[in-house]
Amino acid sequence: MMELIVSLGIGILAGSGVWLLLRPRSFQVIIGLCLLSYAVNLFIFGMGRLRMNAPPIVDGVTGTVPADPVPQALVLTAIVIGFAMTALFLVVLLAARGLTGTDHVDGRER
Amino acid sequence: MTGWFDHLAIVPILLPLLAGAVLMLVDDRHPATKLAINLSAGLLLLLAAALLLARTAGGEVIVYRLGNWPTPFAITIVADRLSALMVLLTATLALASLVFSSARWDRAGPHFHSLFQFLLMGLNGAFLTGDLFNLFVFFEVMLAASYGLVLHGSGATRVKAGLHYIAINLAASALFLIGVSLIYGVTGTLNMADLAVRIPLVPAANRGLLEAGAGVLGVAFLVKAGIWPLGFWLPTTYAAAAPPIAALFAILSKLGIYVILRLTLLFFGDGSGASAHLADAWLFYGGVATIAFGATGVLASQTLARTAGFCALVSSGTLLAMIGYENAGVTAGALYYLVNSTLALGCFFLLAELVERGRAAGADVLAVTLEAFGDEEPEPPEEVGIATPATLAFLGISFACCGMLLAGMPPLSGFIGKFAMLGAALNLNGLGGDAVITAGTWGLVALVIVSGLAVLIALLRAGINIFWVSIDGDVPRVLPAEMAPILLLLLLCLALTVLAGPALAFTEATAAALHAPMGYVSAVLGRALPGGLP
Repeated sequence: MMELIVSLGIGILAGSGVWLLLRPRSFQVIIGLCLLSYAVNLFIFGMGRLRMNAPPIVDGVTGTVPADPVPQALVLTAIVIGFAMTALFLVVLLAARGLTGTDHVDGRER
Repeated sequence: MTGWFDHLAIVPILLPLLAGAVLMLVDDRHPATKLAINLSAGLLLLLAAALLLARTAGGEVIVYRLGNWPTPFAITIVADRLSALMVLLTATLALASLVFSSARWDRAGPHFHSLFQFLLMGLNGAFLTGDLFNLFVFFEVMLAASYGLVLHGSGATRVKAGLHYIAINLAASALFLIGVSLIYGVTGTLNMADLAVRIPLVPAANRGLLEAGAGVLGVAFLVKAGIWPLGFWLPTTYAAAAPPIAALFAILSKLGIYVILRLTLLFFGDGSGASAHLADAWLFYGGVATIAFGATGVLASQTLARTAGFCALVSSGTLLAMIGYENAGVTAGALYYLVNSTLALGCFFLLAELVERGRAAGADVLAVTLEAFGDEEPEPPEEVGIATPATLAFLGISFACCGMLLAGMPPLSGFIGKFAMLGAALNLNGLGGDAVITAGTWGLVALVIVSGLAVLIALLRAGINIFWVSIDGDVPRVLPAEMAPILLLLLLCLALTVLAGPALAFTEATAAALHAPMGYVSAVLGRALPGGLP
């Protein structure tokens, strides 16, 4: 059940992200990129296998297998980088709006 | 880790990082100080890269583990011949671009020097890293700096091109992450050498997932390399960027090529079991389509900078098609061609700005329409005995050399590179071997030659209109600091031509090592490999 919900969530986020990415308004593009990066972050997390109640570090007493730390590190890096890039894109988007007078991604209405 | 010399492998990453950070602290009101810091960092980087190449030239693989953790866990920096060669190429091109920009471009916007150094850090890191995730991190460092540099100088054209460039690269980064995490999910490691060992052992049930991951990862780099149909952004962006930046960007598309070459041969080479030669056909036909698109674009371009952008596509396409052969001889030729085409493209981007400086806007549009609709201009009065000014002579000769290098005409190194590649592609088992020449190979040979012809026609047309039919005799004002880097790059290409023997011997050794990744893998893992592996 958990797997189904997570995969559906990733699918919906990625699908909406791609659709918005292909839209002509720059605001739609940036929201699309945001949704896409959320989907990717969840996806990376899912690649470490979905488990409940796994200890975060090696448990010497019970010997339970801890949660995989690598995907978590990857997600953290990806979030930070994605956040910075989105902020940069926002600045460029505003500059383009100011310079071209339109929010069309090509800088002119067709 | 004993002795300072052992830390050589990480210097090309740390040096730009430090220089970039220091440059952030220096105020933009002191351009001379900033330039001096940047230039000295560039020279030191060139020195470090040369030392690295000298050390790895004998076949040694330098493995540098951060914190000296054992390999699959450590962040690994690996320098072999190919990495060292790419780092040296980056340093050379960077120095040329920096000297050129010192004439005026470095003062066109804030933080040029810091971004420049961070771009170098990202590039060098991506060439030297030994695992996929750090490849992502360095890739992003490089991209972040390149976003800033594309916008350097501002203006509507740059912002519009930058918007597309950033959007497509953010989407490609998402693909990169999906590919990396799929590969991690299947194999449980991100270290490239460790992956090379584990990929042949992946059970058949997971193989589809692994190949999908590798495919998605590959697309991210193919976007960077500008393969058709993912490369439409490239000519526009490169033409919009400031010329010294565009010259440096010539190596950015080669970064995509480098990663494709490295990972294809490491993961899907001859010895990698059921997944061997996964991408060969894709790379070959993608490369062929890219050459065709690039050659058409070269003929249709109306500005020199756009022509140069399409030349970059032709060169990317040629390299991708050659990688598709997965043959050591072809790869050797391709590496020689890569070095030559990067230097020539960098030179051409710089030259394009100088040549167009003295001309009225729209002159190139006129040139193309003149061809199409006939020359109806009255003949200008005959001018006899007026000495061609030295500047114009320099530009003309450089332009001719650039054209010969890009089109692959003898006697310069562009021809040698193409000859080495095509010669090897026609004799896959070595000279006198019994390899059958397929229709695809004949098609590629024809296409590479025709694309050279297209480049030649486009540049001849531009050259005639610029240098021979100069209507009002405008000589562009050019500073020595702008001529020096062009001269440097052309002299390097000349050196490549004269020393083609040793250079090809080096690329042959590099290609042989790439096609037998055993040495790389066992050096990184720090142990001899069990039998049955590549």
